[in-house]
Amino acid sequence: MEIKKTAIAGTLESSDVQIMLTQGTDGIVFDLVSDVVKQFDEAIKKTINQVLSEYDVQNVIVKVVDKGALDMVIKARTVAVVQRALDIVDEPKWEVL
Amino acid sequence: MAMEEKLRRTMMFVPGNNPAMVKDAGIFGADSIMFDLEDAVSLSEKDAARYLVYEALQTVDYGRSELVVRINGLDTPFYRNDIKAMVKAGIDVIRLPKVETADMIRDLEGLVAEAEIEFGREIGTTHLMAAIESARGVVNANEIARSSERMIGIALSAEDYTTDMKTHRYPDGQELLYARNVILHAARAAGIAAFDTVFTDLNDEAGFKRETKLIHQLGFDGKSLINPRQIDMVNQVYQPLKKEIVTAQNVIAAIENAKQKGSGVISMNGQMVDRPVVLRAERVMRLAKANNLVDEEGNYIEK
Amino acid sequence: MTISFHHHFREGDYVFNIIMRSIIDHGYKNLTLAPSSLTNVMNDIVVEAIKKGVVTGITSSGMRGSLGDAVSHGILKNPVIFRSHGNRARAIESGDIKIDVAFLGVPNTDDMGNANGMDGVAAFGSLGYALIDAQYANTLVLITDNIKPYPNTPASIKQTQVDYIVQINEVGNPDKIGSGATRFTKDPKELKIAKMVNDVIVNSDYFKNDFSFQTGSGGAALAVTRFLRTTMIDKNIKAAFALGGITKPTVDLLNEGLVAKVMDVQDFDKGAAESMKDNPYQQEIDASWYADPANKGAMVDKLDVAILSALEIDTKFNVNVMSGSDGIIRGAIGGHQDAATAKLTIISAPLVRGRIATIVPEVTTVITPGDSIDVIVTEVGIAINPKRQDLMAQLKNVPGLPLYTIEALQEKAEKIVGTPKPLQFTDRVVAVAEYRDGTLIDVIKQVKE
Repeated sequence: MEIKKTAIAGTLESSDVQIMLTQGTDGIVFDLVSDVVKQFDEAIKKTINQVLSEYDVQNVIVKVVDKGALDMVIKARTVAVVQRALDIVDEPKWEVL
Repeated sequence: MAMEEKLRRTMMFVPGNNPAMVKDAGIFGADSIMFDLEDAVSLSEKDAARYLVYEALQTVDYGRSELVVRINGLDTPFYRNDIKAMVKAGIDVIRLPKVETADMIRDLEGLVAEAEIEFGREIGTTHLMAAIESARGVVNANEIARSSERMIGIALSAEDYTTDMKTHRYPDGQELLYARNVILHAARAAGIAAFDTVFTDLNDEAGFKRETKLIHQLGFDGKSLINPRQIDMVNQVYQPLKKEIVTAQNVIAAIENAKQKGSGVISMNGQMVDRPVVLRAERVMRLAKANNLVDEEGNYIEK
Repeated sequence: MTISFHHHFREGDYVFNIIMRSIIDHGYKNLTLAPSSLTNVMNDIVVEAIKKGVVTGITSSGMRGSLGDAVSHGILKNPVIFRSHGNRARAIESGDIKIDVAFLGVPNTDDMGNANGMDGVAAFGSLGYALIDAQYANTLVLITDNIKPYPNTPASIKQTQVDYIVQINEVGNPDKIGSGATRFTKDPKELKIAKMVNDVIVNSDYFKNDFSFQTGSGGAALAVTRFLRTTMIDKNIKAAFALGGITKPTVDLLNEGLVAKVMDVQDFDKGAAESMKDNPYQQEIDASWYADPANKGAMVDKLDVAILSALEIDTKFNVNVMSGSDGIIRGAIGGHQDAATAKLTIISAPLVRGRIATIVPEVTTVITPGDSIDVIVTEVGIAINPKRQDLMAQLKNVPGLPLYTIEALQEKAEKIVGTPKPLQFTDRVVAVAEYRDGTLIDVIKQVKE
């Protein structure tokens, strides 16, 4: 699916993660800043990639500012931001949850 | 409607879009945790909060707490999706705000049942409770309390209610006396739990204690709380006295005794023990255990 | 050449920057810096001094912020030596550290060098760590903003020790020396941990008349002091002494008669600092008296209960208070190793901080050995060192105090945060940590980018 509009979800509070999606042309491109980047950069990308693939999003720029969010928070924020970017907030894709 | 009786002394509000609070909500020993998708979440973040609570319910260990979610009201565009997400998540209880009629609960019940089918959950496992926040809600409390087999309780929500009544909250709580008693009677008549409203001034510990003692005396199951620090204070008010525990232990021993003798009549100190006494004894022992006043075998722990 | 400072002015220190500026500008090279500890306000100038070759060696209780980061990236020629407060006293007494010049800021002195820390605009209370420097430095320079009439008493530092006195405008910023009015934590998780720490203490056999304890600073420690006070009143138990770094709530226990003596090596807040001069039972002690393992007897040897913190704890109960989970130096030993010799050593720490587990399979740096740790308290429950079957028996049936194995706690933490990637280090050693007796306990290597 194509990103319809730039969208953002999450906050910069401790234990949260802010994710911004913008249209891309060159696959999934990450710009990742994290308090725990040394230990969890791959884990964070993996979780986001998984959600993106379930929505079949293939070209997108993913800007992540992570404040030590747990995996479940990253997943929840990704679901929220993808649905916003795809403009399907009111008809969510339930099977992804 | 005979639910197994649960202790519901403390129902702790947790803002649904706050990851730090959502992930830690289980460590404070609240009897019920109520994730809030309604007033604690801004309009632009309703979807994000819904998914955060959903994911938390899948992964976080909330121990023995009963898990409740306050969804957005019937008149909002978030209502249906909140229901779907929370039923799919397997929430214990959905709390509907601003309930004024039994029909509102029946509407909710229908959607919950649909969602249970859609997401393959066992029909009837999602329980409901109603928050009464207006004069109309208080007047209709009886039928609201009896509106569904799924109902486990009704709660007074005093901020909106006092506004509706053209008053505001006072330290002595006179303005809530009628509503509290109506809600309590409606709950008891329907065999469900009654929850008192929140106390918002965290710095007024004396006021909080006074209000908790009052609603304990009236017979409420417990209170809605806005901060984990209030949990211990409520539990202390609900803690049984040593002599109540001893009496309860004697009643329970008498029951055992009667059982062993195969006798249907329970007597203690030569007097018959009737059902209300037994029920009260069981409740005292549950409270004593929850307050760590007795050990696993029910023996009193000297402090 | 080795120069020393104390850190009693903490984040309000002006003296360190003034002296180091002068040393750098005079073009000195190859100095070893041996302060009692390094606070954030000292970081920039130490980094500058290292870059200019002025400082080539450091021994300290700890370091944080930009300095810890720079050292972890290999900026310093020689490895830093981290020593506990007791070990620093031992090292100075034994000659492992030979201080050529000690520059000690004081909030008051007379013109001959009779000085104390209790009075003046920049008063900080006990001079505990500085007293060792005063006694053993070859040359002692006092720096002050407050010359008092001769003779100035009480004299914690005496004129017999002092070579020079330098007067400057201000030695410290009183607002940053210690925290102001003590505020108890409102963080419900800290409160829960504090309550459980208190439950561990009062249900142990050590909780009886004339017991002794050390609590340290920080939100949870202050809350423990408050809970302990209530239980001491309820059970009519009084303590013989409170030891170590002192806070106002501990002084309050003294004033209420719940504690007979406060043995005070430093004061963390204004309330504790100000009360020392008026209170004969708030006794200033030096770092050797406090915790030196090689003298004829230190107070920690008589300590019953110590409550300490941790960045990491591993399944062998080893504690790290020095390096972060990213491998960067960001802490201080302080009195951790020393107080951990108490009969009941309790580590209070949250199970996880953000996405970082506190209880891990292996700590990044071993600072305090697991053998000296008895109980770990987290918000979900406690773990008792299996060596302490006696404590296990005392604490296993306390309601509201769930008992886990340390392995179970570690698994719980990992389940919450996930499994982190192992850290990458080069082979170059940037710091060594000594145990309190001067033996090597661990090394810290340069982080790989």
